[in-house]
Amino acid sequence: MARALAKYIRPGVKDTPFCPGCGHGILMGLILRAIDDLKMDMKRMLFVSGIGCAAWIPSPHYNGDTLHTLHGRALAFATGAKLFNPDLCVMVVSGDGDLSSIGGNHLIHAARRNIDLKVICANNMIYGMTGGQVASTTPRGSKTSTTGEGNPYHPFDLCKLVEGAGATYVARFSVTQPVSLIQSIKKMLLHKGFSFIEVLSPCPTQFGRRNRLDRPDEMVKDLIRRCILEEEAEGLTEEQRAEKIITGEFLS
Amino acid sequence: MPSRWAKSPFPKGRYYFSGNEAAAEGAIAAGCRFYSGYPITPSSELMERMAVRLRKVGGIFIQMEDEIASICAVLGASWAGAKAMTATSGPGFSLMQEGIGYAAFTETPCVIVDVQRAGPCTGQATKVGSGDILQARYGSHGDYQVIALSPWSSQEMYDLTLRAFNLSEQYRVPVMVMADEAVGHLRETIEVAPRIEVWDRKKEKGAAPFDIEGQDSVPPMPSFGEGERLSVTGSTHDGYGFRKTDDPEIQARLVGRINRKILDHKRSIIETESHFMEEAEIAVIAYGFTARTGLFVVNRLRKEGKNVGMLRLKTLWPFPDEAVAEAGRKVKKIMVPEMNLGQVAGEVKKYVPCDVISLSQTNGEVIGPEKILETLKKI
Repeated sequence: MARALAKYIRPGVKDTPFCPGCGHGILMGLILRAIDDLKMDMKRMLFVSGIGCAAWIPSPHYNGDTLHTLHGRALAFATGAKLFNPDLCVMVVSGDGDLSSIGGNHLIHAARRNIDLKVICANNMIYGMTGGQVASTTPRGSKTSTTGEGNPYHPFDLCKLVEGAGATYVARFSVTQPVSLIQSIKKMLLHKGFSFIEVLSPCPTQFGRRNRLDRPDEMVKDLIRRCILEEEAEGLTEEQRAEKIITGEFLS
Repeated sequence: MPSRWAKSPFPKGRYYFSGNEAAAEGAIAAGCRFYSGYPITPSSELMERMAVRLRKVGGIFIQMEDEIASICAVLGASWAGAKAMTATSGPGFSLMQEGIGYAAFTETPCVIVDVQRAGPCTGQATKVGSGDILQARYGSHGDYQVIALSPWSSQEMYDLTLRAFNLSEQYRVPVMVMADEAVGHLRETIEVAPRIEVWDRKKEKGAAPFDIEGQDSVPPMPSFGEGERLSVTGSTHDGYGFRKTDDPEIQARLVGRINRKILDHKRSIIETESHFMEEAEIAVIAYGFTARTGLFVVNRLRKEGKNVGMLRLKTLWPFPDEAVAEAGRKVKKIMVPEMNLGQVAGEVKKYVPCDVISLSQTNGEVIGPEKILETLKKI
């Protein structure tokens, strides 16, 4: 990480806990770049996370207040803290399983209330920390440690879910789109209301190796190939579109 | 220690409240300024009163999507600096257990009022029970301590809820008010003192929020936004909140301290009340609404010349082992009437050499005087 961002890292933190090829380290840096661009006061920032790999992006690494909570419950803790002290800028950074599966009910209700929470969902499409089990975001047909013959179920479209529930800023980007993602995080930080960015983050260790994408660079190239903007999807056939991931700002 | 005298929000005097309303007033008096909850019979009136009262005193009220979210929002608010509470009944109390464990391990002050109903499961929602006593102590996984109080009147719904906040702030521990449907819905007069003693969590800039010299001690607790750059985690952590998930010494030290900080202070936490125990040969040990019936019967039997006394447990956890042991040394037999299958009777047996007779009733009704009288006469 660039030296200029060192001041945003809690003294005593020496390294990141992520596996080689994990996208979470990139996201960790991109969030700080957005914070640095806006010259946010870290003493006013509270980072709330749940349980799982992505929950370790802020906790304890970021040099603001960090609250590492229970599995699925980050948004409920964040709601309590934000309501009692509205001066805090409260950002929730957690994974897809944490926010949308075990914490799915809290996600739709937090969006419905439109409380000023900045939610970044690091989506690696799998349960990474526990050994690569199927998630509510795993693509249909993907192999996981609990779906050896491929996931039989459709995944959530998280952006449509939170938009339908009442979120007022919604976007999806991949860590392979760093410039757009930083801009989006900056918009989120300035937005008042429930804002949500789904960030696609590669997990070669648990997802890639079961789905013919073992090497970190293969997963990154795969994301670059599949992530397209909404307008780029217009001319595609249904079949071509199915394997693409539509990125961009959906509601701002 | 940081205790102070505050003016009561009500002028000194007598007021007519249901138990649930009185608990809400006790919370407001203690300085509670955050409530999050979910509707559940028979505790809902408490939440409804908090919705009205918190608006008046400039606090925050929110009805959450379930009881899991309710306890978690309480904990988030507590770290943001609030004296915070929730109230529920059996099924909701079950859902809150993981959050209660988080509160114990991260030393987050909070108050939970459990207006117990007849269980298990959905059971009889409008009927009385006290089947959550052991759950209060052991409901979450791992080894931890909580404080649990047992009110027997509207007055004590006020007094003990107020005390629950004070203990919670003093010891940084979840405190439960183990009410029951009968006490929650009872309407009677309570007296409000002009001044009340209020405890606030101690603060010390730069000090470690999760460790302190002395294993029986409570570290200071800063709030979010104070520039302390707090790191709070439910994983095993060192004094400054860094995760230490494979260090055996830190795990042992932290688990040891969160237990000892309560057990080593149990003499100042535990409250019991003795009635005619000096010359008693038979003792009734009771708590909650059942203690009212117990005392009624004891009074009647004494008029008949029987040497019967009563020990009332106002604190259930940490368990009043010394008071119970002392009673056990004095009397020949102990009878424990309760609206469960002997949860406290089993605890009493651990500390007394004499016979312990458990009078259980789990039919959703309060235990009537005849039943206690009949059992005592048989002894």
